[in-house]
Amino acid sequence: MRDSKPILLLEDDTVDAMTVKRALKDLKVSNPLVRAGNGEEALVYLRNDNNIKPCVILLDLNMPKMNGIEFLRVAKADEKLRSIPAIVLTTSRDDQDRFQTFQLSVAGFIIKPVDYKKFVEAMRIIDVYWTLSEMPNSEQETTNANFQTNSACRR
Amino acid sequence: MRALKPILLVEDDFVDASTVKQALQDLMVRNPVVHKTDGEEAIEYLRGQNNQKPALILLDLNMPKISGVELLQVIKADTQLQHIPVVVLTVSKYEQDKVDTFDLGVAGYVIKAVDYDAFLRAMDIVIQYWVWNGCIEKERVSENARL
Repeated sequence: MRDSKPILLLEDDTVDAMTVKRALKDLKVSNPLVRAGNGEEALVYLRNDNNIKPCVILLDLNMPKMNGIEFLRVAKADEKLRSIPAIVLTTSRDDQDRFQTFQLSVAGFIIKPVDYKKFVEAMRIIDVYWTLSEMPNSEQETTNANFQTNSACRR
Repeated sequence: MRALKPILLVEDDFVDASTVKQALQDLMVRNPVVHKTDGEEAIEYLRGQNNQKPALILLDLNMPKISGVELLQVIKADTQLQHIPVVVLTVSKYEQDKVDTFDLGVAGYVIKAVDYDAFLRAMDIVIQYWVWNGCIEKERVSENARL
């Protein structure tokens, strides 16, 4: 198995977080999944230099303490964090949420299908797209002996 | 039926542009494609009051006059344009290009394959992703297509 960067999931709902975990497992996505229950927890994880920066951030919008949009405002203003692609995974069909998050340069806004099979298909597309897409490697990761010099999420 | 937002293709090379257009056609994308050959033309289009804002921008990096990175800087500094997702389509594997474009908030960075079949497979993934994002619509016939 190749080493790979984690996926950071911002999700306050335990059941929804388990569904994401299960879908990634069913898709044989080997990246570790790190879960934060809200934006504050995610920032603590992201700003700890002992943690490997995630390849992508998957985020819910409605969360207590610091919601998804508040989190994006902080993360996208932080030069050490803003280059990490953030994909909104939500049940919100609100055009305002969509516009506001794209205004903050999210790299996707995907409405979570309720049906599990369709949800897995959404996760599969996210996985293949972010495997195809190149990404920058920060110095931190390139100095990690175990880390692939290859740039994509997992290969 | 509401008008579909266009896909803006910014590409100085006419052969590359027609390859992208061919791939979008082969993938049965319904959105119209607007092609601009350099950054200045693209900005003029994007700021044109009568033009519909694109659903997605496919951006080449190496172009005359204004480079892809410079164009991105303009788009991401403009509150009327910064919400439009930009996907880089390039032959450049330079780390600096990836660093610069992700720093500016691109929503993908795809290396153009020389071989058309490989390019089509990559574009299929790109299109499927943006269909899930609600930016692109495809003809229904192809919905059962799998990679």
